[in-house]
Amino acid sequence: METILEVKNLEKKYGKLVAVDGISFALQQGVCFGLLGPNGAGKTTTIEIIEDVVPPTAGEIFYKGKPRSPSFREEVGIQFQSTALLNFLTVRETLETFKSFFTRTTPIEELVKLCRLGEFLNRYNDKMSGGQRQRFLLALALINQPQLLFLDEPSTGLDPQARRNLWELIQGIKAKGKTIILTTHYMEEAQFLCDEVAIMDCGKIIAQGTPAELIRQYGRGITVVIPRQRFAPATDRFPLPVREVKDTIQIRTDDVNQCLTQLITHGINLSDITVRSPNLETVFLNLTGRQLRE
Amino acid sequence: MSFKRLWAVLKARNLEFFRDRSAFGWNFLFPFLLVAGFGIIFGGKTYTEYKVGVFPFEAEQVSIEALDIPAGFKKMNYLKFIGFPNAAQGLEKLTHHRIDFLLKIGDGTHQYWVSDASPKGYVVELMFKASLFPPETKPNAEKKEIQGSPIRYIDWLFPGILAMNMMFSALWGVGYVVVRYRKNGVLKRLKVTPLTAFEYITAQAISRIFLLMFTLIIVWTGCDLIFSFDVQGSYLDLFIIFFLGSLSLTALGLVLASRGTSEEFTTGILNFISWPMMFLSEVWFSLEGAPEWVKASNKIFPLTHMLTAARKVMHDGAGLLDVGSQIIVLVLMTLGFLTLAAALFSWNK
Repeated sequence: METILEVKNLEKKYGKLVAVDGISFALQQGVCFGLLGPNGAGKTTTIEIIEDVVPPTAGEIFYKGKPRSPSFREEVGIQFQSTALLNFLTVRETLETFKSFFTRTTPIEELVKLCRLGEFLNRYNDKMSGGQRQRFLLALALINQPQLLFLDEPSTGLDPQARRNLWELIQGIKAKGKTIILTTHYMEEAQFLCDEVAIMDCGKIIAQGTPAELIRQYGRGITVVIPRQRFAPATDRFPLPVREVKDTIQIRTDDVNQCLTQLITHGINLSDITVRSPNLETVFLNLTGRQLRE
Repeated sequence: MSFKRLWAVLKARNLEFFRDRSAFGWNFLFPFLLVAGFGIIFGGKTYTEYKVGVFPFEAEQVSIEALDIPAGFKKMNYLKFIGFPNAAQGLEKLTHHRIDFLLKIGDGTHQYWVSDASPKGYVVELMFKASLFPPETKPNAEKKEIQGSPIRYIDWLFPGILAMNMMFSALWGVGYVVVRYRKNGVLKRLKVTPLTAFEYITAQAISRIFLLMFTLIIVWTGCDLIFSFDVQGSYLDLFIIFFLGSLSLTALGLVLASRGTSEEFTTGILNFISWPMMFLSEVWFSLEGAPEWVKASNKIFPLTHMLTAARKVMHDGAGLLDVGSQIIVLVLMTLGFLTLAAALFSWNK
């Protein structure tokens, strides 16, 4: 596969704060690449540098093997984390306005169908629900038939149903062969959508690979989750290491049988127990000692 | 430059303006209300009225015939008499400059009070003293008539109000709106499209100039139906002058819009520029007699040049050649402001 984007030693400093700390990665055409990390990890700064919104302090970016030229903007689609749009325009008028900016465009009716905009097409663009708004912003990002699509935290703030709908939509776009870079702090989102994931923390990429590779490499251990009220012994007297997360006790173990035996020995009721396989959350936890959404 | 992109932004901005009913309506209503208000207050009069308090007098509204004051003072123009029941109430108004002169009536003593800090009080005092002399004792003087028809205050004020409205609309409608769009991320979204900064600011300028001229025509027509303004010169010349003025004011608005990210700070800057411009450009009153440095300083404002030229055309029948210096200054200011705006413009916060 052809490399569509290559980022080399990218760095961004704001005074003494290092937002992006010398990251490099390459992106093959047609893949969905996820930048996964907690808030403040440098994901948005990274993609805004690639989008040419923010200038880098150092580093190089190559699009189709060459430095970005003015035609880069004709060929990429961008959905920001939060965007306000021109006031007093309907969804259709906004699409038509943006369509006029580009040379190669997608027919509006096609976008309406793809992103399911029909029910609010004639509504002003500030009068819609969160899910409708995200679908509309996605349609705007697709208006120029982009070869490379940037999605910055596309499902943040959506309810689970709207999030699931958006994921299906993005999967449909993926199926059309578009290359996608998305940032997220939802490990489920990265796991569901991304072919390749780079985990970012403190401005650096700390691990990169397919979700399966990352889990295989860094995701050892199964998590046993017990509601706090069921966990009678004080956490420091239980023989295995435990972790308190909100109203649950979480135990990470490589031997589920031994863990369950210990729980039964300590007279803990297992009725509400949950056993979780390792996922990208586990990977992040193993790599940083913190949870993604801490 | 792509005209297709420019047209798309221009169309979107105009739709936004016309659909924002409250802002759209106020844009027309505000100058009309100002002109109508002044029309009602002055009722076609062009003079300053002096307020004379008299006591003891029970009713506030005073009939001149009923007053026991010198006959000469009764006959004088531009005096309005207001009654007070006692000296204390009259003095309270006098010290607060609510009246210009206070006169005791009824005992023939001609006692009066006047504030030494009041120029109008000083004039009324001279008028009062002059009225005490019999007519035959006054020295001879010959009054000559002014040639041509006098200019009503409302005729003098009207172009000022229109120009002031244009100034506020240009500075706020461009400066404030673009800063708001930069702050809420609209400009950032536009930046990642092929739209160029030049196309964007040109569309903003054209849109605002179109709206300014459209508003000008509507408000002028509406006010003219009521007040029948007397225009000595050509309407086309007047239109050209207002057009050039709106160009330079909009370009100044673009300079203010080029960098700001805080609406509060931009509001401060807009006030800092617009208020001195309004007062020093002779919108409301003439600067005749003001210190030379004040009269010189108003030349830095485009509003001054637009208004000077517009009044010359409207009141003196001047043509474009007669106001050539003002036109040249307006064109140069427009070019300067546009160059500065283009150099400074930033999409980002």
